[in-house]
Amino acid sequence: MSAVSIALNRFGYGLACGARAPRDPKAWLLAQLDSFDPAPAPIAARAQTRGKTGEMIETLRTLRREVREMADPAMAPAGGEAAMMAETGADNSRAAALAGLPPEYRTKLLEARRVAIDDLAVRVNVAVASETPLVERLVHFWSNHFSVSLGKPGTQFEVGPHEFTAIRPHVLGKFSDLLKAAVLHPAMLLYLDQFQSIGPNAPFQQRRAARANADPQAPRGLNENLAREVLELHTLGVGGGYAQADVTELARALTGWTVPGIGRVGRFAQEQASGAAFVALVHEPGARTILGKTYAASGPGQALAVLDDLAAHPSTARFIATKFARHFAGDTPPTSLVARLEADFRNTGGDLASLTRTLIASPEAWAPGPLKFRTPFEWYIAAMRLSGLEGLEPQRIARVLGELGQTPWRAPSPAGYDDLAASWAAPDVLFRRVELAERMAQGAPADDVLARAEAAFPDALSDMTRTWLTRAESGRQALALLLVAPEMMRR
Amino acid sequence: MLTRLDRRTLLAGSLALGASGLALPRIALAQTTGTRKVLFVLLRGAADGLAMLAPVGDPGFEALRGAALADYASAPRIGSFFALHPALTEVGKAAASGEALFVHAAATAYRERSHFDAQNLLETGGSAPYATKDGWLNRLVTLTGEAQRGEMPRALAIAPAVPLALRGDAPVSSYAPSALPAASDDFMARVGALYEADSELASLWARAIETRAMAGDDGLNSLRDASANGALVASLMQGARGAQIAMIEVDGWDTHANQRGAFARQARGLDALLAAYRTGMGEEWRDTLVLVATEFGRTAQLNGTGGTDHGTASAALVMGGNVRGGRVEADWPGLAARQLYEGRDLAPTIALESVLAGAVAEHFRLDPAQTLARLFPGRIGKPLSGIVR
Repeated sequence: MSAVSIALNRFGYGLACGARAPRDPKAWLLAQLDSFDPAPAPIAARAQTRGKTGEMIETLRTLRREVREMADPAMAPAGGEAAMMAETGADNSRAAALAGLPPEYRTKLLEARRVAIDDLAVRVNVAVASETPLVERLVHFWSNHFSVSLGKPGTQFEVGPHEFTAIRPHVLGKFSDLLKAAVLHPAMLLYLDQFQSIGPNAPFQQRRAARANADPQAPRGLNENLAREVLELHTLGVGGGYAQADVTELARALTGWTVPGIGRVGRFAQEQASGAAFVALVHEPGARTILGKTYAASGPGQALAVLDDLAAHPSTARFIATKFARHFAGDTPPTSLVARLEADFRNTGGDLASLTRTLIASPEAWAPGPLKFRTPFEWYIAAMRLSGLEGLEPQRIARVLGELGQTPWRAPSPAGYDDLAASWAAPDVLFRRVELAERMAQGAPADDVLARAEAAFPDALSDMTRTWLTRAESGRQALALLLVAPEMMRR
Repeated sequence: MLTRLDRRTLLAGSLALGASGLALPRIALAQTTGTRKVLFVLLRGAADGLAMLAPVGDPGFEALRGAALADYASAPRIGSFFALHPALTEVGKAAASGEALFVHAAATAYRERSHFDAQNLLETGGSAPYATKDGWLNRLVTLTGEAQRGEMPRALAIAPAVPLALRGDAPVSSYAPSALPAASDDFMARVGALYEADSELASLWARAIETRAMAGDDGLNSLRDASANGALVASLMQGARGAQIAMIEVDGWDTHANQRGAFARQARGLDALLAAYRTGMGEEWRDTLVLVATEFGRTAQLNGTGGTDHGTASAALVMGGNVRGGRVEADWPGLAARQLYEGRDLAPTIALESVLAGAVAEHFRLDPAQTLARLFPGRIGKPLSGIVR
């Protein structure tokens, strides 16, 4: 690959239809750090959905209660919970399950689903039109690092805002700010069960114990899911030097952080900057000891202080540097690059703009390659940019991404999607791209395909690809072939 | 210039190109184990063994899971001590007819509590996470090929991408039904030609075309529908041209909250998948072995949100027409506080690796000790025996 082709493809999402390749690749990349817009028009124009989540959770809880009264919950075949899961799980039985719901619930669930699909289309359209594709890649990298999922009931109003308001503004800022914003956002609190975790010695727990008619189905205590994933996936990494006791202590420190507008304690909530709420009544009182350091009781400040220290931990620097290097410079990134990024992260206190500049300045990231197999999402954005298709229905975008095997905000686990060729270079993955490419080419401008290919991969187009583009029986067929050419599959 | 390349020539070409091992003559099929099949079902997310197969005979169970006890009141009993989760109706019937064997308090060599590390260890079969690059099921393909005098078994992942357990040197295909309209034959032929000089893409492409052709490319089958999945897996494994070793993954077992409903939903899906698969295999069921396993178990006690957190030992399920089933294989560790692993999890008393290795060795008539050493190197202890008739 030539340096220009590397800047376009390895660092970005490929050349957009009608755009010109940059003359100075490094200067072009660095300029993007200054011109990036965290809230471009489609995001700024997005309808406000804050406040709807609490209402949604309450709706789901009521529904669950009603279903329970009708039948044994564990056995209810297509009851409320099944319908709820079907709704969020893009299930075939969704229509049937929805039809069985009372109209007021159905309306709410459909609205939530529409908001999530519209947000997905916003993400795609912003990336396709972006003039700062390197920074869009960073947004999607960090969004996957702090993965949340629509698979959890009630998250539909929050996953889009999680990326738009907690991730985007911080990808060129401090890692500690990104960490606090992403982890303490309602989407994450819902996804990893934090919103219903209660300190065993919290005042709320004491009062409830004294009450005779407490709802036995209501949340009763500590849930360590978020605490564990913060340590394992977001900061130190597995083997990063923490123990079970640290997980439990962090889980205690995090109690009180919840989603606004839910439950009986909702009226005691204090709004937090992340969009979350803090309810002192369910916060575990007292000091916490994590990784040998003691944190005095300070309400919401306690968890914030721990997160600040985790962001500054040497294991975090190593973990982030490795993952960042892997994303750009190969599944097994050069140790020299990892070491340089790690040092940069430590020396700058986790300055992510500096980390990006160090990456751009590193020779390892400019190895002729290709170094990576494109994931389905990366391929789709690159194919959309190159084909010049626009104005797709949000529904269609969501469906296509599902068929390609990588719907954003629906990763199978909190670790996000894999960033390894072995996970994506598979027969069926390839076949789906070929099927889709042929369809995309039907509706896209299909003239001058060879010239477009030369522009998209300057000094990097193979003779084989050139030959088969020339031999194509139509412009459309040539475009379809270009979209699945080896140059498009790897970067 | 490319002219008149139809689907048939394309297929013939890709078969010769991508899967030379498959083109070997099939010698004396009936005398070898070449008609025997194995399906590995990986439950990702740590399925709770205590919910799947509840030790209702243990006085500790009521203390830990009192609220759930009622669910098992009329559930199928396996022996006098265990009750199967009531959503596993069809598995229960298979157990009653002696075709389902359960193993309880089983765990791999992994003793920490990370899903990702644990799945890595279970899939690679290595003695530590990330120590081994290929998967144990892929090594089983090679091992079985050697035993079948070089006739490599067809291996298939029913997933869009090949899971780690099946990755490695032996050729493996992947298949998941697509809802996209089929690309035109001419276009596909040109794509094949475009990839000719690219060995990685050429090989992926050849395998994609081959599997599509076999499945009849039925876009109506949906991966999300458990029952259709079971039937799909069976259709891809049936007959002499079907896959001999296959794997499917079922996500969603990480029940940190409200486990009672969530587990029942998961169990119903698994039950439907296995039932449809059993029906779909028809006569071949008696030569089929199904292994269902998960990366680790969950905490014995419910947490504050009605769920369970990451634990240690869990249960595994072995099904098939030639399985010596209807029973539970367990060295029950007990549920009293002092008997729990680190005071919180069901303690492991059987190595899951010895169950997997023992089952496939008996099924394919391989040497059990060698099989364990090849698939799960570095394990001490013996492969479990008496699984298959």
